[in-house]
Amino acid sequence: MKLREVFTNGIFKENPVFKLVIGMCPTIAVTTAAINGIGMGLATTFVLICSNLVISLLKDFIPEKIRIPSYIVIIATFVTMVGMIMEAYLPELYDNLGIFIPLIVVNCIILARAETFASKNPPIPSMVDGLGIGLGFTLSLTILGSIREILGSGTWFNMQVMSDSYEPALIMILPAGAFITLGILTGLINRFTTKVD
Amino acid sequence: MNQLIVSSSPHINSDETIAKIMRDVVIALIPAGVAGVYFFGARALLIIVVSVVSAILTEWAMQKLYKKPVTVDDWSAVITGILVAYNMPPTVPLWLPVIGSVIAIAIIKQAFGGLGQNFMNPALGARAILLACWPVHMTTWVAPGPDAVSTATPLEILKSGNIQNGLPTLWEAFIGNIGGCIGETSALALIIGAVYLLYRGVINWRIPISYLGTVALFTWIFGKNGFFTGNGIYNLFVGGLILGAFYMATDYATSPVTPKGQLIMGFGCGIITSIIRIYGGYPGGVTYAILIMNIVTPLIDRYTMPSIYGEVEENV
Repeated sequence: MKLREVFTNGIFKENPVFKLVIGMCPTIAVTTAAINGIGMGLATTFVLICSNLVISLLKDFIPEKIRIPSYIVIIATFVTMVGMIMEAYLPELYDNLGIFIPLIVVNCIILARAETFASKNPPIPSMVDGLGIGLGFTLSLTILGSIREILGSGTWFNMQVMSDSYEPALIMILPAGAFITLGILTGLINRFTTKVD
Repeated sequence: MNQLIVSSSPHINSDETIAKIMRDVVIALIPAGVAGVYFFGARALLIIVVSVVSAILTEWAMQKLYKKPVTVDDWSAVITGILVAYNMPPTVPLWLPVIGSVIAIAIIKQAFGGLGQNFMNPALGARAILLACWPVHMTTWVAPGPDAVSTATPLEILKSGNIQNGLPTLWEAFIGNIGGCIGETSALALIIGAVYLLYRGVINWRIPISYLGTVALFTWIFGKNGFFTGNGIYNLFVGGLILGAFYMATDYATSPVTPKGQLIMGFGCGIITSIIRIYGGYPGGVTYAILIMNIVTPLIDRYTMPSIYGEVEENV
């Protein structure tokens, strides 16, 4: 596979949210605002790139039977790093995302890419795969977060976009709003990207 | 002429059509609408009209979009529109029924496959979403009459425990001279419509009667001042109970088909409504009770499936 294909694969063909429907926990929980979506997405992207690289480098040394615990240790290292960096430099975002930053460890997107891609491919394509999947995740979370923030709070990236007479639909920033938005978006996106036989 | 004609079922045809049944439900809903307009004025009528028109337009637009045959003439969208309006206070801004009808038809009905495929009652699902979106609009009540004096519903008064202070009499609650949603105030008008539906055979007694009976029994047993002190009869005639029991819990697509299952459905709705009314955070629980039972309906149907005639237990 060419690197370009590896990269775009994660954004379109195997978009983690709209195509693979994995990593639903942070997808539903943190997308109450666009900025949270971007923050969560980029943190996950960083972890994905780093863990894919390290796992790809170590793939010949990790025994088959204990590969999952080994992957988790590697992933946890980078999640701890990203958590500490965010706490130091972006405290507000860190507070908003809360428990979902440490929970990146068990985000199945990362383990899935380690298992299906990084453990079978050389380091450079693995990093590109991490970047593609990570950006696909970031893009999806930002779209979800934007729709929910605009309808549920009348703002976009904390800027007022709806007129003052608009009364925000509170359900959009509640969990139910996430499910409704995700369902409609997934349906629409698959309607226009999947060929029906 | 000894030819045997072989055809697949159904073999018995009747002149019952979807449109005919739905038209009966619309007719049955008219008295409650008249009562709502009588008590709350022309604005209630305006809300009903806006809601029905937007329900019909949404149904038409969604069916065009899905490239399905357009069936707006089967009256089912009209019913949903009417019920969306009946489940709103008469003071809501006019964009609220529009959004309610769009949610009911586009998301809850058509996105799941249209008539008969919806997993919950469209009007009630829309009401639950509207209640979560705009709680203030959806719970601002006015007393009947031209002055639009704000008031509390009988259920809210019961909930607050301040019964001496202005709880309407049973008679007022029965004829509908109380604050509340447009279509739910007049128990009398709703019962007139319900009798028509029962007479025409559109609904049967199992769900509504077991629902009402359970609520009356449980609100009587678990009263505020100890066992057997609650006013079960009063509880029947306030809130959306009668509207819900006869017109929404009996929705064909979202209620069990077996007789035993229908009794379970009514009993379950009654228990949940009573629990929410007595112990819950909301004053009334008809909406959530029916929605929860809608969701477990496939399960009820599966466990109450009657055995096939002639079937015997294996390995006897």
